[in-house]
Amino acid sequence: MIADLALQGVQMALVLLLAPLLTGFVRTLKARLLRRRGPPLLQPYRDLWRLLGKEAIVADSASWLFRAAPYLVFAATWVAAALVPTYATGLIFSWSGDLIAITALLGLARFAQTLAGLDVGTSFGAIGTSRELMIASMAEPAMIMIAFIVSLVAGSTQLSAIAAVMLTYEIGLRVSLAMALIALIIVALAENARIPVDNPATHLELTMVHEAMVLEYSGRHLAMIDLASSVKLLLYASLLACLFAPLGLAPLGSGLAAHLVGLAAYGAKVTGIGVMLAVFETSIAKMRVFRVPGFLGAALMLGFLGTILLFVSRSL
Amino acid sequence: MHGLAFDIAHMLAGFLVLTSFMMLYQDRLSALINALAIQAAVLGASVAWQAVIQEAPHLYITALLALVFKAVVIPMALRRIIRQLGIHREIETVGGTGLTMLAGIGLVALALQVVLPVTAGSDAVAREDIALALSVVLLGLLMMVTRRNAVSQVVGFMSLENGIVLAATGARGMPLVVEISVAFSVLIAFIVVGIFLFRIRERFDTVDVQALDRFRGERR
Repeated sequence: MIADLALQGVQMALVLLLAPLLTGFVRTLKARLLRRRGPPLLQPYRDLWRLLGKEAIVADSASWLFRAAPYLVFAATWVAAALVPTYATGLIFSWSGDLIAITALLGLARFAQTLAGLDVGTSFGAIGTSRELMIASMAEPAMIMIAFIVSLVAGSTQLSAIAAVMLTYEIGLRVSLAMALIALIIVALAENARIPVDNPATHLELTMVHEAMVLEYSGRHLAMIDLASSVKLLLYASLLACLFAPLGLAPLGSGLAAHLVGLAAYGAKVTGIGVMLAVFETSIAKMRVFRVPGFLGAALMLGFLGTILLFVSRSL
Repeated sequence: MHGLAFDIAHMLAGFLVLTSFMMLYQDRLSALINALAIQAAVLGASVAWQAVIQEAPHLYITALLALVFKAVVIPMALRRIIRQLGIHREIETVGGTGLTMLAGIGLVALALQVVLPVTAGSDAVAREDIALALSVVLLGLLMMVTRRNAVSQVVGFMSLENGIVLAATGARGMPLVVEISVAFSVLIAFIVVGIFLFRIRERFDTVDVQALDRFRGERR
């Protein structure tokens, strides 16, 4: 029991410590691909530290909601991240929450953030919120459909159980899983405000979505929101790795050696996903906002189609 | 569960349906023709796999026909046509792509609902192939209904025909003569349609079939 708790604690701490590193890695790599020098790898940590030491300025028209929201966003995202196996399965919290709970927790974080975006009453907050909700209204159903596909194949919505099933070779070839993978990548790009949907580096008013929503924040509040977005990025990277590349995950109750292997594999997988993200983002242009529903609709369609195909092959 | 043979057949047929949705999603003609070529290539692979699991060597000829005519010759000819007509612009669709895709999902569900109970008791691979083939046929029809551009309607027709070939190969014992004659009649239909495209273009200066609505005679 103590060992289980320690394992869970280690993974939660790992996610928190590693998240800014992944963000910094992707930023640096993108800069290098554009032949710029870019910020140092550890810049996000420094930014967070600096923001934590600064005074938080709150608008006169802001209510308590504005001050509470960053902590709620961060807490919900961190708890969701705690449910995703990183380098070892059999998380103790994992039995109290599954893939659908993770989606719901991320939805809760988004709810808090959009409320805070509307709270101050500036036009930027409102436009960011309305765009964010438009994206979410397509991305969340797609995420649920992905959860259905994966759980239909694995017979469970528990991430640890799914990873265990994926590791066996009984699954065979499943076109639905390929569809789920593509859909999950699209959803992950949209949820993390990455390039075809939103540009994480921009402060250009016409294009920004996420940044417009959090424009009023400063100091420790902004630090919480930035850290939450980093954790969310790492969460999706871990989710992709755990669902579709579970190789090397240390199973429940294994020894130290398996855990070390798991850690190394996790590092390699997250690095690989970071490299792919950076290459993808530099090779593609941002979409017009009104093209986004079509892009996310493709994810939703893949989700539907995958589920239908699974039902066919089940019923035969 | 089923063996690897079923899984591969399932995967290829599933990809065929997916490419149909890719076509519904595309709103540029050149991308649409690329999607048609991909679908034909997947169809070739699917038919070749049927040849392996049914141990029917004549199906290899069908696969080869699909690969040569549908994946290479027809897309090349279509590309030539759109270059000569000078239409690389966007297609106007009736309704948005989102709505069309939703309708497509509905059609796939309908096809499965119709075929699976009817074919109960026969071979699993054949059942599934026929169900997915009917989906491809319906999606091709949907494509022909929702697009106004005559070239994309031709693409819809070609994709419909791909669905028919999939159904024909899924069912055992389709004679080779029938398949070859179907393949060639489609080719001839394509040539006729190609000539018509240029005629429409000559007369109306556009290949948007809405221009023809005036001549239907049902309006006052």
